[in-house]
Amino acid sequence: MTAALDSVSPIDVAAVRKDFPLLTRSMQGKPLVYLDSAATSQKPNIVLRTLDEYYRFHNANVHRGVYQLAEEATEAYESARTVLAAFLGAAPEETIFVRNATEGINLVANAWGRANLAAGDAILLTEMEHHSNLVPWQIVAKASGAELRYAGLREDGSLDLESVERQLSGGRVRLVATTYISNVLGSIVPVERVAMLAHAAGALYLVDAAQAAPHAAIDVRRLGADFLVLTGHKMLGPMGIGVLYGRKEILEEMPPFLGGGEMIRKVRLQQSSWNDLPWKFEAGTPSVGDAVALAAAVGYLQNLGMDQIAAHDTMLAEYAQTALAGLRGLTVIGPRQRGALVAFAVDGIHPHDLASVLDEQGIAVRAGHHCAQPLHDRLGLAATTRASFYIYNDEADVDRLVAGIDLAQQVLGG
Amino acid sequence: MSTLYTEIIQDAYRNPRLRGHLDDPSHTYEDENPLCGDTLHIELRVEGGHVVDARFEGRGCAISQASAELLLDRITGESTESIAGLDREDVLEELGIPSISPARLKCALLALKVVKGALYGLDRPANRGTASAPGPLD
Repeated sequence: MTAALDSVSPIDVAAVRKDFPLLTRSMQGKPLVYLDSAATSQKPNIVLRTLDEYYRFHNANVHRGVYQLAEEATEAYESARTVLAAFLGAAPEETIFVRNATEGINLVANAWGRANLAAGDAILLTEMEHHSNLVPWQIVAKASGAELRYAGLREDGSLDLESVERQLSGGRVRLVATTYISNVLGSIVPVERVAMLAHAAGALYLVDAAQAAPHAAIDVRRLGADFLVLTGHKMLGPMGIGVLYGRKEILEEMPPFLGGGEMIRKVRLQQSSWNDLPWKFEAGTPSVGDAVALAAAVGYLQNLGMDQIAAHDTMLAEYAQTALAGLRGLTVIGPRQRGALVAFAVDGIHPHDLASVLDEQGIAVRAGHHCAQPLHDRLGLAATTRASFYIYNDEADVDRLVAGIDLAQQVLGG
Repeated sequence: MSTLYTEIIQDAYRNPRLRGHLDDPSHTYEDENPLCGDTLHIELRVEGGHVVDARFEGRGCAISQASAELLLDRITGESTESIAGLDREDVLEELGIPSISPARLKCALLALKVVKGALYGLDRPANRGTASAPGPLD
């Protein structure tokens, strides 16, 4: 995440923007400034075209078909898996297509959790998790009698590793699950370090990389992740496709999540046996077109270069942080070193009012609790406003945001 | 400068005249928009079937707080029957805006929901809030 700016060539934002048809829209008669990529990214032509061409020319149901179209669809789907596996440094059999990061976490919570958690066990999360890495564990904890523990944050909003160690030293932690980059604070979790601590305590480690995978190269083995989830729509892919990585030895021992077609080897009236990895965890017809289009998105990102993307997005977040911190009455939430987003509070202006005034200027930001209510409770804020950045944003977008906030202060300031 | 934040809304938000408490309210009610964190508490004095005084306290966006100010001003002096007939269009009219996005509509309608909760709380089980003085409506 911290590739030095001078070691990589910058992103040619003007050229990138030409690949994104939606970004040519205007809003309220003003050019759209899209600053909500942490919620979902826009899609380049290559992704739209790939999705269209899959359904236009290659669509058939995958696996078991003996005719040419079915073979083409299967080949396209499994090739997409290979692309995503390579993107994560994983093997294809460890790369499971799911709908989104949320479904990936639910898969682990249900399949692994049901088989491995009992009363007296503990799951360790952090205080800054997205609801997707919180609620599935609450459900499985209630069902199994396991306890939920939470690692705290430092004053600046970064993860308190000493708190992680303290919670682990209480014993019986079977699984640690943390975000890689907080979708509110922007905090970058030192996942390699957390993995070492988790493993030393005999726990497995799940990384929620939903906010990290769009912005930087990921290597699951270097990170030491036992599970890792990402969602395609935040990294230029379509909505409805994501990936769960699971370490092979663990996946092999896990019971299935959803039952149905595709995930079985043999079905009898009273019992069934399971398919090999990864298909054991892919019940029903998968989202083939979305998987193929996600692979195209990964190709687009890799063509730009993940290190270049990381440098560009980090630079924009720093530029925004500095520009916003200069506004009177504005408080930036989270640590100085951050992912590609900045959440903030403006004195006397509710985030929804701020977002509405910005919307009138054609600027799209997110206002609310960003699916992290416990974190906002801890911060003592009902809601914040968040601007997030990606490859098609530049400093001029940040400047328009700053001007928009200035206008909101004139309209609504005390 | 802003078509949503009209002068009416800005003035009601910045200079509320009905923010506060009544000495002897006959009806009080409160509710919130859990998604926004808008909260609203209102106190009404109903005499002879008419609202004779009203106050509110709350936290939240300009739309929700201005609509509380404007709605309470509108219903003061009105009969409870006529208040029962108030709807979304009446609230938008008070706010001075022709329309509002679906996301912000809940903010605009919170005050009406709380007023109706105060006057008819027990008759509206869908309301999430709690009526502390549902009382007979004369």
